[in-house]
Amino acid sequence: MATLTLVQAVNDALKTAMRDDPSVVVLGEDVGPKGGVFLATEGLTKEFGKARCFDTPLSEDGIIGTGIGMALNGLKPVCEIQFQDFIFPAFDQIVSEAAKFRYRSGGQYTCPMVIRTPYGGGIRGGLYHSQSGEAYFCHTPGLKVVIPSTPHDAKGLLLASIDDPDPVIFLEPKALYRQVKGEVPEGKYTVPLSTLRTVREGKSVTVFCYGAMVPVCLKAAEQAAEKGIECLVVDLRTLLPLDEEGVLEAAKQTGRVVVVHEAPRFCGFGGEISALIAENAIEWMEAPIARVTGFDTPFPNTLEHHYMPDARRVLDAIEHVHGY
Amino acid sequence: MTITLQRILEPDGRLVGEAPKLSESELRALFTHMLRVRVLDERMLKLQRAGRIGFVGTAKGLEAAIIGSAYALEKRDWLWSGLREGGAAVMRGLPLAEYLAQMYCNANDTAKGRQMCNHFQHKGSNYPSWSSVIGTQISHGVGAAYAAKVRGSGEVHAIYFGDGATSSNGFHSGLNFAGVWQAPCYFVCIDNGWAISVCNREQTAAESFADKGAAYGVPGVEVDGNDVLACYRECKRALDRARSGGGPTLIVLKTYRMLGHSSSDDPSKYRDQAEVDAWAARDPMDRFERYLLGRGLLKAGDRAMLEQELTTEIDAEIHRQEAAPPMALKTLVEDVYADVPRHLRLQYNKFIAVAERLGHAQKGDGAFPL
Ligand SMILES: Cc1ncc(C[n+]2csc(CCOP(=O)(O)OP(=O)(O)O)c2C)c(N)n1
Ligand SMILES: [Mg+2]
Repeated sequence: MATLTLVQAVNDALKTAMRDDPSVVVLGEDVGPKGGVFLATEGLTKEFGKARCFDTPLSEDGIIGTGIGMALNGLKPVCEIQFQDFIFPAFDQIVSEAAKFRYRSGGQYTCPMVIRTPYGGGIRGGLYHSQSGEAYFCHTPGLKVVIPSTPHDAKGLLLASIDDPDPVIFLEPKALYRQVKGEVPEGKYTVPLSTLRTVREGKSVTVFCYGAMVPVCLKAAEQAAEKGIECLVVDLRTLLPLDEEGVLEAAKQTGRVVVVHEAPRFCGFGGEISALIAENAIEWMEAPIARVTGFDTPFPNTLEHHYMPDARRVLDAIEHVHGY
Repeated sequence: MTITLQRILEPDGRLVGEAPKLSESELRALFTHMLRVRVLDERMLKLQRAGRIGFVGTAKGLEAAIIGSAYALEKRDWLWSGLREGGAAVMRGLPLAEYLAQMYCNANDTAKGRQMCNHFQHKGSNYPSWSSVIGTQISHGVGAAYAAKVRGSGEVHAIYFGDGATSSNGFHSGLNFAGVWQAPCYFVCIDNGWAISVCNREQTAAESFADKGAAYGVPGVEVDGNDVLACYRECKRALDRARSGGGPTLIVLKTYRMLGHSSSDDPSKYRDQAEVDAWAARDPMDRFERYLLGRGLLKAGDRAMLEQELTTEIDAEIHRQEAAPPMALKTLVEDVYADVPRHLRLQYNKFIAVAERLGHAQKGDGAFPL
């Protein structure tokens, strides 16, 4: 097994899929000879040629719109949007078209495609290179929304997303691209969608998180452990469709829940987790559910380290629900 | 369609076309403004390499396009910018201190450090804040021009963007609306050959970006973007036309991005050095300098001296910005709305209580009344 960074695992997944299936194509801005601004597509044009990994004109609307057409006619497009912040010109194509083709055609026409895009803060990118827009997509029936947090999962989830018969928004935590390293099996394997991952066992408090918040929560859990609070840390991995049973089971194990995401709080994914637990497991709860999130503001720049949840803010919430 | 490239100065500095009416002191001023762009670029890259600032969107090679075009504007006119027009803002009145504070994203920055580097604004000279989202400013400029027409305020809106942006939705709706409304604006497409790693030939199948105007009933002009006099003359024509109710123009300034897309880009991965070298021979600064030397408006050694003066001026400002006070934490929740609403005051107060306990807050960062 090779030790890879998260972005290298994405690259490995793309190469594996393209070797395995000639209908897989990769398109986007700067994905060709440059290999993507984060190098996720490095070497693809060289190995598979310009017909299968190619640069497009500067139009997200065009990338996704034509990607849908490719998916409708026998190709398996993996579209890259350079930063998730720039996906909005394609919002119409994603929400009105990709997400609804199967439904509106009674299953006659479908869009098996993946939209990969780096999301999240921590790189001093300001408002437009830092956002976490998962909630917009989770509010769109017909889409699947996947967020890996380890190299192993990045490859396995991306391969599962490419295999999936429906459109998948694959959000990559860019802050972790080179920060996390891990063992990644060679060749093809998949991590099934809609399954969560237990990152750490614990009986005192359950912490739900995903993407770049996973290492943050793990650090907070380690600090909590020093104070005798053992946390069960859960990486959701797929937000839509969510492993609801897995979430409820993890919540019931401790009766004390913290949900963490860097996206704004209001109508954020944490609200969905809270509601799910409130509706189905309220009797198991020993404390109110706590959310640790970004502020309900645009993403800042100079003060981004204050905006993003860090271990001390997560620890504060863990201690609060534990001591309740 | 055949569009002829407008040129006044040959690369060797010879005059081949009709020169615009500019006085000797205006010509010298143009040269200084261009040189300031180049020196600023060099200083900013140095700061970036030293880890003092995060990012630089370079302008080397684009000095004539940026300065010559914007020199046509009057104070009351608006400039809608993209990533690289900061030098034009400085020429039109953005204080160097504010330019640098923006690059440092510090507490002196008029945008309160909220935008990443190279996202300038200057209300005083009608240079609105730009988002990083390519092409969005194009329709804003057209709408503002329509407002000028309705209100009879008389200013013209110059709307800047790159070759890559011609593929954006904003470009197509912007040009279409401007044509239909005959809005008092003109479009300046700085075709620097590249949109990060995608070359202009892969951006469009059209022979020239200027061809695209025809589809919207907007005349297109292609200009040698390394010829400062041609850039000025064609933009002045478009400005006069727009001001007098003649409608919009699409001006394409053909030039070349000499460095990487930004300080984070390595262009050797996707382009040939031979192409870069060929463009180096057409350097806009050298070309204009040769012309001014030929006319006796500059002497040998003047450029080096000017460069020294500009460097000293910029470095003094860099020193001042290095000593900027820390950013007030309250700026986290301010300016989202006109007032800070209750839920944000609560979020902030909760945050600051933790920050104070851990010693991360400064004087003045205290809680909001609820
Ligand atoms: C909507 C959108 N998509 C992608 C990007 C990423 N990006 C930033 S600059 C750029 C290329 C812009 O090229 P061009 O318009 O020619 O301007 P230049 O950088 O050459 O000045 C790209 C793709 C973005 N900022 N906005
Ligand atoms: Mg360009």
